[in-house]
Amino acid sequence: MNATALAQASNAFIYMTMFALAIAMVVFSVSFAAGRRRVSRELVTSGSGGTALLEEAPVDEDQPGRRSANIGMSLTWLATVLLLIGVVLRGIWAARVPWGNMYEFSISSALAILIIFVALSVKRDVRWLGLFVVTSVLLVLGLSVTVLYTEAAQLVPALKSYWLVIHVSAAMISSAAFTIAGASAALALAKGRWEIPHIPSKVSLETFTYRVIAFSFPLWTFAVVAGAIWAEAAWGRYWGWDPKETWAFITWVVYAAYLHARSTQGWRGNKASWIAILGLVTFLINYFGVNFFLQGLHSYAGVG
Amino acid sequence: MSADLKINTEPVLPPLGTIGFLRWAWRQLTSMRVALILLFLLAVAAIPGSLLPQRGTDPLRVDQWISDYPAWGSVLGTLGFFDVYAAPWFASVYLLLFLSLIGCVIPRASQYWEQLRQPPPPAPRNLSRLQEFRAEETPDSPELVLDRAAGALRGWRKVRGTDADGTPWLAAEKGYLREVGNLTFHLALIGILASVALGGVFGWKGNVIVRVGQGFSNTLTQYDAWGGGRFVSADGLQPFSFTLDTFNVEFERGQAQRGAPRAFESTVTLRPTPTEGEERASIDVNHPIDVGDAKVFLVGHGYAPHFIVKDDAGEVVFDDSVVFLPQDGDFTSTGVVKLPDASPQLGLQGLFLPTTQLDPVNGPSSSFPAPDNPSVVFAGYTGDLGLDSGRPQSVYSLDTTAMKRIGITQLFPGESWDLPGGGSVTFTSVDRWASFQIAHDPGKELALFFAMASITGLMLSLLIRRRRIWLRAKTVGLVTVLESGGLRRTDAGDLGAELDAVRTAALAPTKKENT
Repeated sequence: MNATALAQASNAFIYMTMFALAIAMVVFSVSFAAGRRRVSRELVTSGSGGTALLEEAPVDEDQPGRRSANIGMSLTWLATVLLLIGVVLRGIWAARVPWGNMYEFSISSALAILIIFVALSVKRDVRWLGLFVVTSVLLVLGLSVTVLYTEAAQLVPALKSYWLVIHVSAAMISSAAFTIAGASAALALAKGRWEIPHIPSKVSLETFTYRVIAFSFPLWTFAVVAGAIWAEAAWGRYWGWDPKETWAFITWVVYAAYLHARSTQGWRGNKASWIAILGLVTFLINYFGVNFFLQGLHSYAGVG
Repeated sequence: MSADLKINTEPVLPPLGTIGFLRWAWRQLTSMRVALILLFLLAVAAIPGSLLPQRGTDPLRVDQWISDYPAWGSVLGTLGFFDVYAAPWFASVYLLLFLSLIGCVIPRASQYWEQLRQPPPPAPRNLSRLQEFRAEETPDSPELVLDRAAGALRGWRKVRGTDADGTPWLAAEKGYLREVGNLTFHLALIGILASVALGGVFGWKGNVIVRVGQGFSNTLTQYDAWGGGRFVSADGLQPFSFTLDTFNVEFERGQAQRGAPRAFESTVTLRPTPTEGEERASIDVNHPIDVGDAKVFLVGHGYAPHFIVKDDAGEVVFDDSVVFLPQDGDFTSTGVVKLPDASPQLGLQGLFLPTTQLDPVNGPSSSFPAPDNPSVVFAGYTGDLGLDSGRPQSVYSLDTTAMKRIGITQLFPGESWDLPGGGSVTFTSVDRWASFQIAHDPGKELALFFAMASITGLMLSLLIRRRRIWLRAKTVGLVTVLESGGLRRTDAGDLGAELDAVRTAALAPTKKENT
């Protein structure tokens, strides 16, 4: 296959992924809506004690909401495979790891989010998270193909290092996990305020958020340390408060605060969830804000 | 006696002396709540350094910013906002945080040491109050059941005992490494801070621009910028030297990311000590070289147009290449030629364009970073260069306050400009320069060690679960009632399943018993 054909194939798979995700998003929304209708009906019949019982009751798989959630999961699996092919083709086209600029980092991170999500779904029921995962991946891919798109090109000299594989993949996987943690933290906050069917209890959501962050925080620490080792080789110092480094540090500090909040009386619940969301916001500021608006050494976006 | 008692309705506050106040302050500082607040403060305090230019990384942009916004500039400058990470207020936040950390970690370490030496606590009276609880009957004897359970709890710390009424129990605990990890992580953070400080105090760093064909020797006067820690003397620098033989740059010529750099390669002839022989070496991005305890990094590059200046008698008064500093991605570069020996003194303020493009709106500019169609646009000035005023002057800027502009022109290689007052300036060719950072940081290996230790500690403290299991085997009539309970001491984990596995093992005959 020549370069043009590879390029077209990679892009085509990205678009097919987006199509599958768009349908999955609709189907997951239907499952939410269906669940909501069922609850309101039962609340009328069973009275005030009904809500507590409903959560404990075994979920009927034939309910319309469950069925569409299952279709959504299948579509998400399909999207993951399609995106994996698209990202791999991009790597073959560029003849290197597919994260040498902002477009490639974004599609690879989107893939990481999907892979973490479907991997989680093997062992436990995470269909409740589907709508949010699918929506955020669709957003990331939409931004990628519209704003961030660049042709595959060679790397700038500073990126020609095996640390590109180590540092950037760690950053990608941890940021994908931070996104999932942010979604479940937001759900926990919503669950504390409104009655939402089909999603786990507030405490389970908070525990889920904690576990995902407990996985991604050491990985993020590793990404920062690996970046420092690389910076020492490339720029002559391991830490220089470059804007990207500064914001990576800020993200690190915010998630450190989250972990401390989890073990502080009076901070475990909503406050901790807000901190988890704040952590994701600082990551997004680093990714979009620093790349587009601040001058620094990490100018690899290749946009424009 | 009772008659002497007076009921005091005033609330009695103990007098808060200096000691009392210090104790109170220490308790506050080492509380988790204050640690949280300090963490947020640290995050917020780090932000301005990413938004405003910083002296440490980009002093030129700091000066530019201050001259663009003089009112704000002086206020922010006084408050240290252009050197945030060295500012006292930033230091006070992280030092308080570390103090709070130390105050938190040391008592925990000693507590943990005590815990390690003690067996798991005895079974609570009522196991059914625990997060996980099971109870079932078995015909087997209490001792046998507990023996089997103990066999299944491999890797747990176990202790067995009996209640006052003779009922035997088994207590087991696992996950002690969690706290080890937690302590390791926090102590390693102190180690990282100490390593950074060590590097700051005993390390040094200098920057130098070297034109192709020119040399550099490691003495203070040769550096364009040099900074060392408190305990570093510039006299003790290792006397190595090198000559920059070649410098190769390639830029992307395809449509995608056109103009992006694709290769920087320099080769040097290195003399590690004045007495040692020469050796060839290459210094590339991502591939610095070690010379003694210093490391030489390639950090930048640019162009040095070559000029020949003749006086009105036709004598050559200047014949050299001049370093121009790049201003944008297409290497539009600025530079200055100063001729203090001409009379009157002559100054040239120039713009070097590697690939000249004449834009009707923006004037001359560069459209590609490679020297495909180089030219120099410059203005000539005569008068007093101001070099005798005693004020230090940058070699990259011209102080034209006491000078008169004599003309402006554009030259392509080989072209000359005849100065209005006699003499000429010829732009002959273009050289390249590379900039090197030469640094010695004795703390960096130590920092790496502590960083690795902190990650290891972090993983232990987040992935290991601490939990306890108790089993009590009561004899009730002819059967044994096995009560089992589990206590999660940390968030994660499926303790119920773990407890079930132990229970099942306790109730089922082992292979050894079967044979």
